[in-house]
Amino acid sequence: MRRSGWLAAAAIAGYVFLYAPLAIVVAYSFNNSSMNAQWVGFTLDWYRKLFRNADMLTAARNSLVIGLVASAVSTVLGTMAGYAIYRYRLRLLPLLVLAPIAIPEILMGVSLLLFFVMINLTLGMLSITLAHIAFCIGFVAIVVRARLAGLDESLVEAARDLGATPWQAFKLVTLPLIMPGVVAGALMAFTLSIDDFVITFFTAGPDSRTLPLAIYTMVKITVTPEVNAVSTLLMLLTLVLIVVASKLSPGAMRGR
Amino acid sequence: MALLEIRNVIRRFGDFAAVDNVSLSIEAGEFFCLLGPSGCGKTTLLRMVAGFDAPDGGSIWLDGNDVTGIPPESRNVHTVFQSYALFPHMSVAQNIAFPLRMAKVPAQEVTRRVDEALEDVSLTGMSARYPNELSGGQRQRVAVARALVNRPALLLLDEPLAALDAKLKERMQLELIGLQKEVGITFVYVTHDQQEALALAHRIAVMNQGRIEQLDEPSKLYGFPRNRFVADFIGTCNILEAEVVREAGQRTRLNIAELGEVDALAGEATRPGQRGVLALRPEQVVIGTQLAPGPDENHFAGRVFDFLYLGDVTLYVVELANGTRIEAMLPNSAPGRAKFFEPGDAVQISWRYDAGRFLAD
Amino acid sequence: MPSGRFHKWVISGPPLAYLLIFFAIPTLIMVVASFRQPGPYGGLAPLLSGAQGSAGVALTAENYARFFTNFLYTELFLKSLWYALITTAGCLLLAYPLALLIARSPKSQRDLLVLLVILPFWSNFLIRVYAWIIILGPQSVFVGAFNWSIGLFGLGPVRLLYTPAAVVIGLIYVHLPFMVLPLYANLEKHDPALLDAAQDLGAGAWQRFWRVTFPLSLPGVYAGAALVFIPAFGIFAIPDLLGGTGGAMIGNIIKQQFLDSRDWPFGSVLSIVLTVVAIGLAGVAAWFARRVRQ
Repeated sequence: MRRSGWLAAAAIAGYVFLYAPLAIVVAYSFNNSSMNAQWVGFTLDWYRKLFRNADMLTAARNSLVIGLVASAVSTVLGTMAGYAIYRYRLRLLPLLVLAPIAIPEILMGVSLLLFFVMINLTLGMLSITLAHIAFCIGFVAIVVRARLAGLDESLVEAARDLGATPWQAFKLVTLPLIMPGVVAGALMAFTLSIDDFVITFFTAGPDSRTLPLAIYTMVKITVTPEVNAVSTLLMLLTLVLIVVASKLSPGAMRGR
Repeated sequence: MALLEIRNVIRRFGDFAAVDNVSLSIEAGEFFCLLGPSGCGKTTLLRMVAGFDAPDGGSIWLDGNDVTGIPPESRNVHTVFQSYALFPHMSVAQNIAFPLRMAKVPAQEVTRRVDEALEDVSLTGMSARYPNELSGGQRQRVAVARALVNRPALLLLDEPLAALDAKLKERMQLELIGLQKEVGITFVYVTHDQQEALALAHRIAVMNQGRIEQLDEPSKLYGFPRNRFVADFIGTCNILEAEVVREAGQRTRLNIAELGEVDALAGEATRPGQRGVLALRPEQVVIGTQLAPGPDENHFAGRVFDFLYLGDVTLYVVELANGTRIEAMLPNSAPGRAKFFEPGDAVQISWRYDAGRFLAD
Repeated sequence: MPSGRFHKWVISGPPLAYLLIFFAIPTLIMVVASFRQPGPYGGLAPLLSGAQGSAGVALTAENYARFFTNFLYTELFLKSLWYALITTAGCLLLAYPLALLIARSPKSQRDLLVLLVILPFWSNFLIRVYAWIIILGPQSVFVGAFNWSIGLFGLGPVRLLYTPAAVVIGLIYVHLPFMVLPLYANLEKHDPALLDAAQDLGAGAWQRFWRVTFPLSLPGVYAGAALVFIPAFGIFAIPDLLGGTGGAMIGNIIKQQFLDSRDWPFGSVLSIVLTVVAIGLAGVAAWFARRVRQ
């Protein structure tokens, strides 16, 4: 189909708009200047400073741990939820699963804060992890459900017909065929957890900082170019994860 | 005792009765066909025999046991699905081995029986291929091999040849007949193609709107249809509205609107005034320029309205004096044939009285 | 297939339980909290008073009263609403050409193009905001160029950072992918034959767009609008970082109530009103969308 010239131009402008700011951050992370202004020279200093910053390293480690645990648990629960929603005509579960995604994040953040205080749970790594699992379940469920919808029902019936119990049919036929979707969901959950700011902001304790929280402080208060460096690294990580996830489950990213 | 007994099975979807009080029994070793148009309930019935659906009423008995509530994996019944349903992530060998694994057959025996099964369907050497590398015909054979490998009591086939082209279909039909004889397993075959059913089955149940219209051997269904639906569905048939005038021994005299009175074969207990149809097969109708009618024949004059050339035969549509149209079939290689008839030609048709059958409504 | 209710509960049970505990119940707690008194040192006062002879539950509607009678908060809500609406409109304008281009590209390129749109979304939210701090900051090259060019028209140098404009730019930037995706999903399904038919019947390019493409794309527009509007309405980090004091939105006040002033009941009130308004507006939009859809 012929694309009109101005449409292409407008679209390109759109892409530039999307990527230019990020490109700037990456560029400045190599800039030998502590002000985000002129380009002075190429340097890796900021990256070196980053790796010597104990605070940052702790925050990175926290983010990683929380990310792994949250994505593992939410993948299991999310796969179950996605399967249940696909298979059975439920009303409550789809609502509960999708609501955390639809409402503004701040609501989950403050309501969980109230909740944790009420049950006397000290705010820390655990509270953050529990919160992350709650909103990641929905994403995994959507991806898994989409993958299931593309699955041929008669394959499962054939398995049962040939002697497999429902569990065997799931394990030997359904699961291998939706596995790419499950893995994509897990990667998405991990990324969401690593990147989350708002909900973490409310459910974190004084000595459980994650990478986004550390970045926030750096951006708001200290603003050193190390922020550029850590941002670039984080972007790189996310890029790899998402490209892999999208190869595994091509429709998943569009599910929203 | 019959291998499969379906007793008064009912299946409703809302107000709609997909299967309406159906009973039948199938003997071991039979090639049995469920035949009917889309929506007649044949697939629903098949799924209930397989265990994917439960009847709302009635029961299903297999080998003397009531299997009505039993899940599919516990029934000794396997299905060949219309889409074949081969597991895309498993090789041909793994697909065929699947039921054996479920039945916990030891590994060496599994390999042996998979190879045997591949031989049975002429696919030796394909064990390492994946379904997406196979042609339609090959996939169909793998599906059959997979369903037969652990010798179930009953094999259900849901329109398995529907997706194949005509030549391949013919070949597969012959292969299926041979295969069924060889393994001796009872086949229950669902199809909407009456030619296929006539060719394959020992017995056929013709279904319509959830009920069995007639259950019989193919030749009896063709030659002795019991009602209008069966007469029309099986093969081609002239169907003319008729009313009984009187019965006279072997013959029944019928009054056909706009045609006059004809003689037909006496049916079961027909009474004067009864309404129904005259069912007459085109191949029984003789067509010619000059026919000498005898006392046993119904004879009419008319003009050729249209014809259908079918290669081996030609089907002529003859319009009689008062507008009624009757189809007559003429083999193209009939000896002494002068020419083909063209539309507009004046012709005469006749048929023996016992070629026409009266079917009461 | 008869596989029993047991399976249903075993599979749906755990996620259901988890979300009931960590989502439904906290939300309920927040609703109740909006009716409670603030504690002496912040937080919440005890629920059951039982003190001084007045045994009973200490619930009050005064938090709500305070919200509805104090015009300040209503004003803030309206301002947030306004920002969210501008953001939605801005996203629509920017997203439409992108989505249209991708939808009309050859099939093989589409997945890649969509991925390129989504990738920035997956980078950390703060990074994306921070990038704009750089761009709009006083020392930035771009601000310099911008001020120089408007200086040609005799307009004075403008500060771009810490203004409502910066907030809106940030909002649009962060939410753009959310508008592109549903639009694209809708546009992709359009039958090209419709446009050919329109052209055949004499419609020019703009006409074809306005009379055929756009009306058909409305469900996608509404979906995208909902995905942009609701989060944008409740956001606080963007105004916090880009808006300075003048750019505060309702999200900032909620954060302030919970973490700074520690007036939790009032913060809950604000949160609940925010949710109700957001969902309510989304509901209205959905109703509209259904009406248009015949």
